[in-house]
Amino acid sequence: MEETIQFKLNGKSVTLTADSDRMLLWILRTDQGLTGTKYGCGEGYCGACTVLVNDEAVRSCQTPLKDVRGKEVVTIEGIEKNETLHPLQKAFMKHDALQCGYCTPGMILNAYSFLRKNPKPTASEIIQGMDDNLCRCGAHNRIIPAIEEAAKEMEGGF
Amino acid sequence: MNNDDYLELDFTDNIPDFQINRRDFLKLTSGVLILFTIGDKEVFAQQTRPSLPTDFNAFLRIGEGVRFSCYTGKIEMGQGVHTSLAQMLADELDVSLDSVDMVMGDTDLCPWDAGTWGSMSTRYFGPALRAAGAEARQVMLQLASEQLKTPIEQLVIEQGEVFDKTRKAPRVTYAQLTKGKKIERHLSQAAIKKMPSEFKIMGKPITRRDAKEKVTGKAKYTGDIQLPGMVYAKILRPPAHGAKLIDVDLLEVDKMKDVQVIRERDFIAVLHKYPDVAEIALSKIKANYERPQTGLDDTNIFEHLLKNASEGKSVAKEGNLQEGEHLAAKIVDETYLDGYKAHSPIEPHTAVAKIEGNKATIWASSQTPFSTRSEVAKELGFPPENVRVITPFLGGGFGGKGRNPQAVEVARCAHLSGKPVQLVWTRKEEFFNDSFRPAAIVKIRSGITAKGDICFWDYHVYAAGERGAQAFYAIPNHSTVSYNLSDVSPKGHPFVTGPWRAPANNTNTFARESQIDIMAVKSGMDPVEFRLQNLKNEKFRNVLKTAAEKFGWKPSKTPSGRGFGVACGIDAGTVVATCAEVEVEKTTGEVKVKRIVCAQDMGLVINPEGAAMQMEGCITMGMGYALKEDIHFKNGEIFDVNFNTYDIPRFSWLPKIETYIIDNKNADPQGGGEPAIVVMGAVLANAIYDALGVRVFQMPMTPERIKAAIKKG
Repeated sequence: MEETIQFKLNGKSVTLTADSDRMLLWILRTDQGLTGTKYGCGEGYCGACTVLVNDEAVRSCQTPLKDVRGKEVVTIEGIEKNETLHPLQKAFMKHDALQCGYCTPGMILNAYSFLRKNPKPTASEIIQGMDDNLCRCGAHNRIIPAIEEAAKEMEGGF
Repeated sequence: MNNDDYLELDFTDNIPDFQINRRDFLKLTSGVLILFTIGDKEVFAQQTRPSLPTDFNAFLRIGEGVRFSCYTGKIEMGQGVHTSLAQMLADELDVSLDSVDMVMGDTDLCPWDAGTWGSMSTRYFGPALRAAGAEARQVMLQLASEQLKTPIEQLVIEQGEVFDKTRKAPRVTYAQLTKGKKIERHLSQAAIKKMPSEFKIMGKPITRRDAKEKVTGKAKYTGDIQLPGMVYAKILRPPAHGAKLIDVDLLEVDKMKDVQVIRERDFIAVLHKYPDVAEIALSKIKANYERPQTGLDDTNIFEHLLKNASEGKSVAKEGNLQEGEHLAAKIVDETYLDGYKAHSPIEPHTAVAKIEGNKATIWASSQTPFSTRSEVAKELGFPPENVRVITPFLGGGFGGKGRNPQAVEVARCAHLSGKPVQLVWTRKEEFFNDSFRPAAIVKIRSGITAKGDICFWDYHVYAAGERGAQAFYAIPNHSTVSYNLSDVSPKGHPFVTGPWRAPANNTNTFARESQIDIMAVKSGMDPVEFRLQNLKNEKFRNVLKTAAEKFGWKPSKTPSGRGFGVACGIDAGTVVATCAEVEVEKTTGEVKVKRIVCAQDMGLVINPEGAAMQMEGCITMGMGYALKEDIHFKNGEIFDVNFNTYDIPRFSWLPKIETYIIDNKNADPQGGGEPAIVVMGAVLANAIYDALGVRVFQMPMTPERIKAAIKKG
């Protein structure tokens, strides 16, 4: 249904008139030009399209626009603060926790949401928390220590 | 090795199961020669294949200030050449790594390249790039010598600035010497590349130079290209391979606002400014197909492949098999099976096309931008030079993006619609149109003497290809024969097959190293000791000993109940040995890989950090084909359409991984992107056997197959 929807996107208010059943992924990538959010499988299995809605990781390919009305959406383009990389971004770089990089935005945002709920995780809790985000290159082995390090640096702060 | 040899090697070594006729060969390797016909032998004979240029200007530009551009037809798909090639050029030029910008996979700007596959970037492109850097550096010294009126011997270079070592000033920069122009001067003799002892940047672990773009979402992939007026295409696909379109009803979709439908015979696509709306439009098309009734499925495919295999080609032969058999105290005769696998990069095949007049620009997630250019040019009827292919970052390739039908499809859409068009295959399309790793069969009959020496080895591989088929153990009487299948025909594979990370070698190593373990069991020996007894090659022995030592391998007869396995392999010139520890849940058949220790000798290593990352990636990805990945199909229909049934490795699968690279920097560099994956099937099969005392002869070694093996005993 065509309607006007207002929400906050990376800290700024956005108002757009669109079919509110359209999935957030395509709104972000096309209307908003935020291409850091990736299409991977279209059915919520891979996590490449993960974004934050009110700090909770969601699969934007399965989230209709109407579900974010009045909420706060954050994409990979929005987690830097004052032009400083987020500790997760820094830790991913330091640990080479990526190869092709296509799953990386989803990995980082899922880790962000996970650390909000569990700021001091063990490695096995990280594995559990990240298990539904797929990476085909096999960077898993470096993503886990990257998240561990970021958690230590953040000490529960975001 | 000159470039012609390099091309030959691509095909005979790396895609051995490819049935190549001359025309295909040209299509795959050349941007220009495709215009000639098969019969036109004279023209063919007169043409040389494209090769890497000899003018170093093709590889590098000295920009203003202190920026240097490195031009390469190679592409970055995660394997890390964006970093390692920059290391090579920076070191040879004597400039800082930070000052090098990479320009990759752009057919208008970069030197011709066959493509990024076969672990060849470091092995074969690397030396050419380094030679270009070394020559440019030498020319800079000559120019500086003239300008500073100082003999060359007295000059030194620091980060692109040349000066007299006795005075440190004045300094002249490369940019001042070239003034932004192409360097016209060339050396009469080839400049000498640096020795490993002179390296300042090569051989040092460097973290990825593309990481910042990738962690911030700024890195551009093909699907991120957005052009004014661009529309997204969705293409009508048949429900099964070989299905024929009978009739189609476009009435509903024609009624949709702002949707453009294009049709050229059976090629039907819908276009809209939003991809999701195009998807809805596509679903409104009613199409009837006649489906093929081949009766072929993933369980009976092996009989079909055996029945239709071509005449065998001898890959290796020595001694006399019959004489060898007479010496055997024990004989092992086994058959190994492997199913079809998908590449499944997280980024599906994607392309964007913009056509203006008789010129086309294509952005494509392609491992082969130059052959993509040829294919698009052919489709459009344009000369290849009128087509520019630009390759942004790839979201994974693994061999699957060497083939780029999506680029041809999107060019067709742009041509027919008159608009710039983007095409992203859906995950279902990716699982349908991918070129799968072929299902294959290996039959081995081999024997050991009473002392545990392998005395004969009779090896037959069907449908996989010959890469990695040849045994490297010291066997006096052996024969290796490879049988191929034609692609997509009633007597061939039911769909397109193609190279999948270390093509053929995963299947061959699974079979060979399983068979070796069975022989170790029959001889009552420890699997590492049995291998060492039968390995004479020092490099293999050293790599195997390293892996076993780092693992803490203690010799034992197998099955020991410990769940330990070992396997050796060679791929792309790199020798690899891996030890594994697994735990198998007997009631469910689930395998938990607990620990992997992998050692490899890859000669000179440009970026040890990148090399380790590739080994870890190989180990992780390799668990997938070994344990879970399998394409299910019947009558041409693919039943795996997303990651819910096609299970790729995830965090919870992860073992403790340790990688060791043998220090061998004075040897030529070898491949790094593929070797460590080839042993994964066998090392897990052997570890499962050691845990349970039963063996699984078919990959993937799923819980069902493990339970069946336990039941059989």
